[in-house]
Amino acid sequence: MKKIYLLEDAIISPLGFSTEENLNAAKNERSGLRFHKNLRFPEGFCAGIIENELLADAFLKIGEATKFTKLEQMMLLAVSRVLEKNPKIDLSKTALIISTTKGNIDLLKESSIPENRVYLSELGKVIKDFFGFQLEPIVISNACISGGLALAVAKRFISAGKFDQAIVVGGDLVSEFVLSGFQSFQAMSTEPCRPFSINRKGINLGEAAAAILLSSIKPEDPNIISLIGEASANDANHISGPSRTGEGLYKSIQNAMREARISAKEIDYLSAHGTATGYNDEMEAIAFTRSGLENVPMNSFKAYYGHTLGASAILESILTKHSLLNDELYTSLNFDEIGVSKPLNVIGSFEKKELRFALKTASGFGGCNLALVLKKEINE
Amino acid sequence: MKDHRIFRGKDQVFKTEKSLDLDQFLKASYKKLEIEYPKFHKMDGLCKLGIIASEILFKNHSISSETALVFSNSASSLETDKKHQQGMGGIVSPAVFVYTLPNIVLGEISIKHSLQSENVFFIENQFNSELLTDYAEVLLEANKIPAVVCGWIDLKNAEYDVFLCLISKQGEIPLSNENLKQTYLLENE
Repeated sequence: MKKIYLLEDAIISPLGFSTEENLNAAKNERSGLRFHKNLRFPEGFCAGIIENELLADAFLKIGEATKFTKLEQMMLLAVSRVLEKNPKIDLSKTALIISTTKGNIDLLKESSIPENRVYLSELGKVIKDFFGFQLEPIVISNACISGGLALAVAKRFISAGKFDQAIVVGGDLVSEFVLSGFQSFQAMSTEPCRPFSINRKGINLGEAAAAILLSSIKPEDPNIISLIGEASANDANHISGPSRTGEGLYKSIQNAMREARISAKEIDYLSAHGTATGYNDEMEAIAFTRSGLENVPMNSFKAYYGHTLGASAILESILTKHSLLNDELYTSLNFDEIGVSKPLNVIGSFEKKELRFALKTASGFGGCNLALVLKKEINE
Repeated sequence: MKDHRIFRGKDQVFKTEKSLDLDQFLKASYKKLEIEYPKFHKMDGLCKLGIIASEILFKNHSISSETALVFSNSASSLETDKKHQQGMGGIVSPAVFVYTLPNIVLGEISIKHSLQSENVFFIENQFNSELLTDYAEVLLEANKIPAVVCGWIDLKNAEYDVFLCLISKQGEIPLSNENLKQTYLLENE
């Protein structure tokens, strides 16, 4: 069985344009959420938005900002950071897997960029051509689990020998398109979100891009994280609300742990989806306790970034990976008091702890769910 | 499904006048196939196409709840996205917004047929038999999944092209990139 390693990574977010900056922010409980007001949302909303000028400045070092949309700049910057750290990479043999829910959806309004760029395959082409990837990109658009699913697809194809390595990149914007949609659901909070808390009032949206290299080629560095299990399952219950019994998530967790050949008591850290809606957090709590994970230190990163949709599972998996590498547990920001019907071990403050196995979960519209098991390889 | 004609394998199951608009065609198909599923009427075009196509595909088959869904298209949920974008000028409808994701059709099919299975939605320029074949093989072999529905379900400017294929361990046509591509092309003529 091939081992799939999680190698170089990069996060482009309001908390910084590198993984290192983002880890620093997480360690110091700094959030990228800010309150915003505009004509369409006069009462305001809370979101994690990347400043356009900062992004364009950083992007200037690799390309012409005027030729690329904001999302493209974010995703190209993320991939370029990964490639900078791995200059010997053979791009002719490296797959490119892209995760996004809405892509350049802001192009549906007027723009100087041609409207065909709204097609997600065009986004794929832009990224492929910019760096000179030779394999046709694989684009996944599967709601909020897209990022995790992209990692799973990379692992599955690498294991099957379709290619030896893949760069997986995910990204999404805080667009008026999505803001107005979630507002119509009355699912957004005007305050910074509070995952799993008794006072949670809904989600905040966020924008980010995150990229990571997956490979079956064992690196020289002995401190490495591998992806040893993954599974997804649909609730088959409702298209916008999660299953009351957490069926799909429970199944995903069981199947991922079975593939990883570990049991719940071996999991040292649980990185949840935790969007801070009433339904989602409750469903996760039920699925987690059904899986015997109620004592595992757990958090949600949504109060640092907001919900970054197609980037979220990749971004949060990268943070999970570094949690394992550094033996660090990051605070589940904005948690006040447990507000779900099942007990959970929410990380209240930053902690150093020996960690070996982590579970990352994600859930999304359409009843989809996903679980990933990460392992710290100790020099074996 | 294409040009207001529905085929099951090589057999034409149903067709309407080409002059009907998409909604009329979908309604007529729903009636003719006696689908009897009230939720259908709330769905967007992409989901209605998926429900009709899967209904025909699953007819006379007992489908395992583990049957994976591996769908793809070029336009994502663009038809409904445009509807939502237009709605943003006035009162935004959550009933429209919920369909602005391509994988919702997987959810609708999963609910109707009680499939608690692996799903994925790929976005491709055009039908990519190699991607679907490779992924279906991975699921069937490595992940021990009993059956996979893979295919193409595209809706762009009220024009649709739907091709779904049920793949399992029993059957007449062996799974291969060539076979899948040929089947799609044949049905497309």
